[in-house]
Amino acid sequence: MKTVLYVLLAVCVVSLGFWAYHENYKTQDAMAEAEAVQTRIGDARARLAVLRAEWAYLNRPDRLRDLAEINFDALALLPLQPEQFGRVDEIPYPPVQTQLPLIDPATSEAITVEEGSL
Amino acid sequence: MIRTPLRPLARILEARARGDNPDAIERENLAARHEAMYDRDRGRAESRLFVLGLCFFAAFSTISIRMGVLAGTAPAEPTVSAAGVEIATQRAEILDRQGRILATNLETSALYAQPPMIVDPARAATELARIFPDLNAAALMEDFTGKRKFLWVRKVLSPEQQQAVHDIGEPGLLFGAREMRLYPNGALAAHVLGGASFGREGVSAAEVIGTAGIEKMFDDRLRDPARAAEPLQLSIDLTIQATMEQVLDTGMKLMNAKGAAGVLMDVHTGEVVAIASLPDFDPNERPAPPTKGNPSDSPLFNRAVQGVYELGSTFKIFTVAQAMELGLVNPETIINTSSPMQWGKHRIRDFKNYGPTLSVEKVIVKSSNVGTARIAQQIGAERQQSFLRSIGMMEATPLEIVEAKGGKPLLPPRWPEITTMTVSYGHGISTSPLHLAAGYAMIANGGTVVAPTLLRHPAAQQGARILSPETAAAARQMLRHVVTEGTASLGEVAGYEVAGKTGTADKPKETGGGYHKDKVIATFATMFPVSNPQYVLIVTLDEPVNTTGPEPRRTAGWTAVPVAAEMIRRVAPLLGLKPQIEPGRLSDITLTSN
Repeated sequence: MKTVLYVLLAVCVVSLGFWAYHENYKTQDAMAEAEAVQTRIGDARARLAVLRAEWAYLNRPDRLRDLAEINFDALALLPLQPEQFGRVDEIPYPPVQTQLPLIDPATSEAITVEEGSL
Repeated sequence: MIRTPLRPLARILEARARGDNPDAIERENLAARHEAMYDRDRGRAESRLFVLGLCFFAAFSTISIRMGVLAGTAPAEPTVSAAGVEIATQRAEILDRQGRILATNLETSALYAQPPMIVDPARAATELARIFPDLNAAALMEDFTGKRKFLWVRKVLSPEQQQAVHDIGEPGLLFGAREMRLYPNGALAAHVLGGASFGREGVSAAEVIGTAGIEKMFDDRLRDPARAAEPLQLSIDLTIQATMEQVLDTGMKLMNAKGAAGVLMDVHTGEVVAIASLPDFDPNERPAPPTKGNPSDSPLFNRAVQGVYELGSTFKIFTVAQAMELGLVNPETIINTSSPMQWGKHRIRDFKNYGPTLSVEKVIVKSSNVGTARIAQQIGAERQQSFLRSIGMMEATPLEIVEAKGGKPLLPPRWPEITTMTVSYGHGISTSPLHLAAGYAMIANGGTVVAPTLLRHPAAQQGARILSPETAAAARQMLRHVVTEGTASLGEVAGYEVAGKTGTADKPKETGGGYHKDKVIATFATMFPVSNPQYVLIVTLDEPVNTTGPEPRRTAGWTAVPVAAEMIRRVAPLLGLKPQIEPGRLSDITLTSN
């Protein structure tokens, strides 16, 4: 009986040790992976910063103004003028679409009002 | 505790009766007492030793457990933390009011050499001189073959240059990581941003420190690692700033001026939307401060903030507004304006004679020095000073750039009545265009003080009230008439109801003593749209001459006003202001019946 107990205990200790080492290696792997991801994030951020700087550099007003002048024939871009403001009522009203009487909004609205008042 | 007597009487008598020596009893008792004392002391010492031993045990076991733990764990740096790589850039970015980049960081490299490791010094020197034309091959050769163990070759490299240096293939030429400050818009808003340079430098990193402008003012906040990811947002609008600089530059050239300044400010929030000073510089390569000549001629000089000038007639509206607020005059009050006006040995004269009398409104519209001086006499020196102090004309502006402290107004040392009179029309007191912008913003927003700010600040400022809304409205109406029928007729911009006041002041001679005859500072201070003012614009030209007519004209009406009008025409649509039809004057009484 005692021998069986000893053997069982020994197996238990060995398997626990195996499990503990296994968890340890998994943790280390996860940490290494996290570190790699952090490094990648850092690199991505650095790259993003460079791209943002480059975007800002390419969009600097001086350059855009020169480009607008060079491409005037194709684009005809001019500085914004006060005359370019319009009023809403200057825009032509969208043409009325003819609809079937059943889904005509005027009649369907009338129906819902009737239903509501009942 | 009851002490046992050494010689108990009963036992003594007993012993005496028996014929024994009673001293033996005493000795016996003494011995018993000593025994008890010994036992007590021993017990106490033992317990003390025990506690001490316990302490030592605890201390040693702590140390040994810690040593065991340290020995048992794998050596690893604590790298896994969420905020570890957060700081990709050290210095916070600076953005404009719409989030566009004004200043950012760029990773780059510095080039250094370790001469003992250089294989072929001659080739390295010639190749470096070929890549960087400003380096001298002979001097490099001397450095590479001399005693030096280390030298910096370049502080920053472009990626192309770095590749070219790589291609030399010299092991003694090494790169150090650097982060440099980049202003992608070049000279745009140069005076606001200032510039940055390297502070302490190491091989692998270098501090970037602000050297001027807002970079220096907020250096600690921008360098704070905890706030590196949080950009500093300014009130400047990139597009409007660019437009202002372009129009100002064109205007400066057309009017043959040697310098120009412009300030555009929101009258409610105090936000400076655009502020420009020409000539300017590129903050990426900030020039060294001038060592000779007049520092105010250097491009580094910020005319809008540091430049204090006598801004002339633009000050008249403050005098008139104060007199109206005090109830001394109203717009229709008739003022004696016979020119010249003799005061002691001084003589005040107008640009031309406007007749014996003018109403207060006409004094502003025609810009009569004599009329303003007479109104100022009624106000008196003390009230005038306290008014100017309350609108901030007596101290430097609180703008958030280091140069603002240098823009301290020049005030007369004493304030006799003649000073009161000259200050009333803007002579004898020198302020910066930004001071003027803050003063006009006070009139424009209905009479409360606003402090100019460069930081995004969307809420309206609740400053102290200086003028009643009615007085401010009356003053604005006068300024509107200056444009519609007065000295600033070229300032009319259809749809934007421009109101403003011109100012032309002779420049004082640098050597002191009197004024130049043919050098002026022309200023136009304006607000728009006058029925509901949103923005104040100040345009100042330094030594302008309008040569389009038969004879050169220097007054602000012919120089600063057209530039300001063009600026409003270009900038107002960008600010989202729609041109409005000006409300006509209502007819007096409408009789109706039904």
